[in-house]
Formats: sequence, structure tokens, C-alpha cells
Amino acid sequence: MTIVFLTFILMLSVFLGFELINKVPATLHTPLMSGANAISGITVVGAIALAGTGDQDLAQWLGAGAVALASINVVGGYLVTDRMLAMFKKKEGARK
Amino acid sequence: MSSMNGLIIQLAYVAAAALFIMGLKLLGSAATARKGNTFSAAGMLVAIVAALIDQGIVSYQWIIIGILVGGLIGAAAARLVQMTSMPEMVALFNGFGGLASLLVGWAALNGDATTFTVITIVLSVLIGGVTFTGSLIAYGKLSETLGSGAIQFRGQQVVNSLIVLGIIGSAAMLSMDPTNMTWLYAVIGLSLLFGIMAVIPIGGADMPVVISLLNSYSGLAACAAGFAINNNILIVAGSLVGASGIILTQIMCKSMNRSLGNVLFSGFGSGVTEATVVEGEIKPISVEDAYYVLEAATNVAIIPGYGMAVAQAQHVVKELCELLEQNGAEVNFGIHPVAGRMPGHMNVLLAEADVPYDQLLEMDEINPRMETVDVAIVIGANDVVNPAAREVESSPIYGMPVINVDTAKTVFVLKRSMASGFAGIENPLFYKENTRMLFGDAKESIGGLIREFS
Repeated sequence: MTIVFLTFILMLSVFLGFELINKVPATLHTPLMSGANAISGITVVGAIALAGTGDQDLAQWLGAGAVALASINVVGGYLVTDRMLAMFKKKEGARK
Repeated sequence: MSSMNGLIIQLAYVAAAALFIMGLKLLGSAATARKGNTFSAAGMLVAIVAALIDQGIVSYQWIIIGILVGGLIGAAAARLVQMTSMPEMVALFNGFGGLASLLVGWAALNGDATTFTVITIVLSVLIGGVTFTGSLIAYGKLSETLGSGAIQFRGQQVVNSLIVLGIIGSAAMLSMDPTNMTWLYAVIGLSLLFGIMAVIPIGGADMPVVISLLNSYSGLAACAAGFAINNNILIVAGSLVGASGIILTQIMCKSMNRSLGNVLFSGFGSGVTEATVVEGEIKPISVEDAYYVLEAATNVAIIPGYGMAVAQAQHVVKELCELLEQNGAEVNFGIHPVAGRMPGHMNVLLAEADVPYDQLLEMDEINPRMETVDVAIVIGANDVVNPAAREVESSPIYGMPVINVDTAKTVFVLKRSMASGFAGIENPLFYKENTRMLFGDAKESIGGLIREFS
């Protein structure tokens, strides 16, 4: 039953993703990509449980490595997206 | 008690998913995009905190070390990266995301895994591994540490087919005996190899497609890892990213008038360049003469390409744009979807130089206006303004939508030399009656024009 439930979630998310992303204008495609990159760092959530078993076995070290790698994505991705989006400005009436 | 803990965690994941979705929705407009990113980051924070309060966690030591190390590297990279190098950075980050999913899949394998779990583990290892090495190759090509050309050899398809068969075979063996780690290592090794093999035959000019696709894979890898460890937030977030990457890939392919299969397997830009007979002659122009033409222009269109990024010319372009506007001209930018090395690359560079985003027009907006444009200035773009795409049926880019600069009254092409573009295709634009070539470094040429104005 879990399989069906997870597949259901997958199906809905994919369609929702298509709807949402289709509305993003071309001018924002680079920030969209780096922002999506940050979201794909969600793997950190799965890795945390693996890294925290305290077992000192291979699985724990793999988990710790995954936490570090995914954290690069999360922190780097959100910060660089914010840095980019801060630069996007609308034309102002008065020029300096 | 522990079920209470589990319930709180699951509810937090629901909240995180809602924040991701709202964040992506707000990304639909430049005015709200920054807020959207903050929403998305908040969603991630909620998800991470929820994962941390899990009572199954015995030791926090390695979690904290991992987050600190990764967070510091990520923060430093985000702060230091030049806007011109965004494609390289995104490529690398895609790769890290893929590797993280590979590791999670690997760690999730244990002796009593069901066949379904083994399949999802294999998928997360496979997609994650391909994403990782594929992204490293893409990074190498983008940063030019590797040659940017397409690498092809005889029997490439055969080798690739054997790798795929090897992966399927190892996966089948693993599902029969999940305790035998040898088969998992085989899947890991072959997946990593497959990532390399998949990206080396793709030329540098097709990198916008490749990084969009790898972006999608990094999401799908997270999604597969979510199935492997029964975690629905990974599935939701991963599939959102997967969908995003696929849409960008489609847009890029459409803008090049090519199918995805053609991009992935044809080794475009490496093959023989056909000898098109181009009529007319090259007419160079001096900075001074170019200035006289621009001074009289009332409608100017600027079409930037990757060359602008290479020359770091975006700031002087903005300066020239202001001078032209003070001179009474209307100035617009025409941005081709595949200009640059990743989707939207030019827009970010121009935003960095303070060009307002409503001045950046998409191809479909600028083309109908092109006939009223007095001067179209092409800066470091080549294939995306190539009229051969409309006129020369034998051209490899025939049928690709391009910005029709040749219909403007005058075209200035800023170019270093007469070498053909990244894709190695002859450009008849340079020989047109109304085209003038302004040879030299784009930044210096524009600097020269600015000096003439002041």
C-alpha cells in the first residue's frame, strides 16, 4: 500500500511542478535553476537519519557524506539565488 | 510517544512541501521572485528541523559536522562565484546533489530489502551516479578545463548499450540477493561510467540543454532516494525539481529546433562544417564611424551572446545603453533563449549590470519590432542571429528560431575575429549589405563608443 501512496504523491507533484514551472518567465530561468538546485538538496533530510545512527558503520559514513554534499546544495543554492534575484530591478521613472 | 514524534515530523513535511510550492509559484514573476526564494528556503529549514527531531537519531556529531562543512563550502561558493560562471556552479551543484542521492541509496541497502526497495535503491544510485559524473564533465566543458568539443568514437553506441545492459544485469542480480554488495558496487561503478559516456559526445554549444537535463536528474535522484527510504518530502521536492528541469530542457531544445535525442546523441558541432557559398563581402567599420551611425539612431536593439560574458562587457554595455537613451534613442535588449551557456544566463548578467528586466525582450517580442530598429548591435552572439536558419536549407541550424537582426536598418556585429561560432557554422549575416563588422574585444570596442559619446 505504501508503494501506491508514494506513487500517488509522485504523480501529483510532477503535474503540479509542470504547471508551476511553465509560468516562470524566461528572464528568471537561471535563478529558477539554482533555486531548483537548492530544493534538490532535500536529500539532506534523508541523509540526516542515516548519519545519526551512531553505529560507526559504513552506512553512517555514507550518510554523513550525503549530509555534507546536500548541505552544499541547500546553502549554496539558496544564497546564490537570493544574490541573483536581488539584482533584478524594474525600470524606474527617474534615472540617476 | 514515538508515534507522536512521527506525526509531528510528517506534518512538518507537509508544511515544507506547501512552502516549496508557494515559493515556486512566486518565482512566476520577477517582482515576487526573491520572496519566493525565501519561502522555499523556509520550507527547507522546516524540513531539516523536522528531520533533526527524529527520535531515531542517536548521535548528532556527524550530522552537525556534515551540515557545517557543506554549509560553509556552499556559502563561500555562493558568495564568491562570478555571475559569468553561474553555469559552471550550477553544473557542480547538480553533481553534488546527485552524489548525495547516490550515497543515500547506497546506505539504505540492507540484507532484507524487498525487490521494490532494491529497484528504488538502484534507481537512486543510477540517476545519482549519472548526474554526478555527467555534471563533472559538463563542468569541465563549461570551464574549458576539458575541451568543449564533442568527443565521439566508433562503437560508442555499442559501448553505451553494454553499460546499460551491465547495469540492468547487476540490478537484477542484486534484487535476487540484496546481501551481495558486489552487485551494488557494479551498479555504482557502471552508473558513474555511464554519466561520463553520456556527456562527452555532447558539444559545448549544447550545454544549456545538458545542464537543464542534469538539473532534472538531480531532482529525480532525490525522488528515487525518497522511494528507497520511504520519505514523501523527498518525493515531492525531488519531482518538483525534476519537472522544472524537464521543462527547461524542452524550452532549450525547441529554441534550437532539435529533439532531445538529437542533442544527446548527434555530437552536434563536432562534425564536418558544410561549405556554404556565402555571397557578399565583409565590411568592417571603425569605432568612430559606428558612433556617427549610433548618434543618429532613434531605435537601438542590443543582442548579447556568450561573447559578452567572456569579455565581461555587460557593465560597459549598460553604460552605452544609458548614453544612447540620453541621446533620445529607445534601447531594448533581445535575448535568445539559448544565448549564453544556461537558460536565462544573459538576463542575470544584464541584471548584474543594473539593466532593468522590463528592457530585456524575449525573441518573440523583439522580432516583430526589428524592422523599425535603426541599429541592431550584436555583441558576442553568432548562431542565435544567423539568418541561415531561415534561408539556407542545407545549414545544420536550418529551422532554428533566431533573432532576425538582419531585418534592422543597420547591424553592427562586435566580434573578435572572423572565426565561426561555437557550433562552427558559417554565418551569412556578416556578409549582408546592411551589416558592419566592428572587430576587436567587445569591451574595448564599446568603451571606444562610450568615449566618442562623452
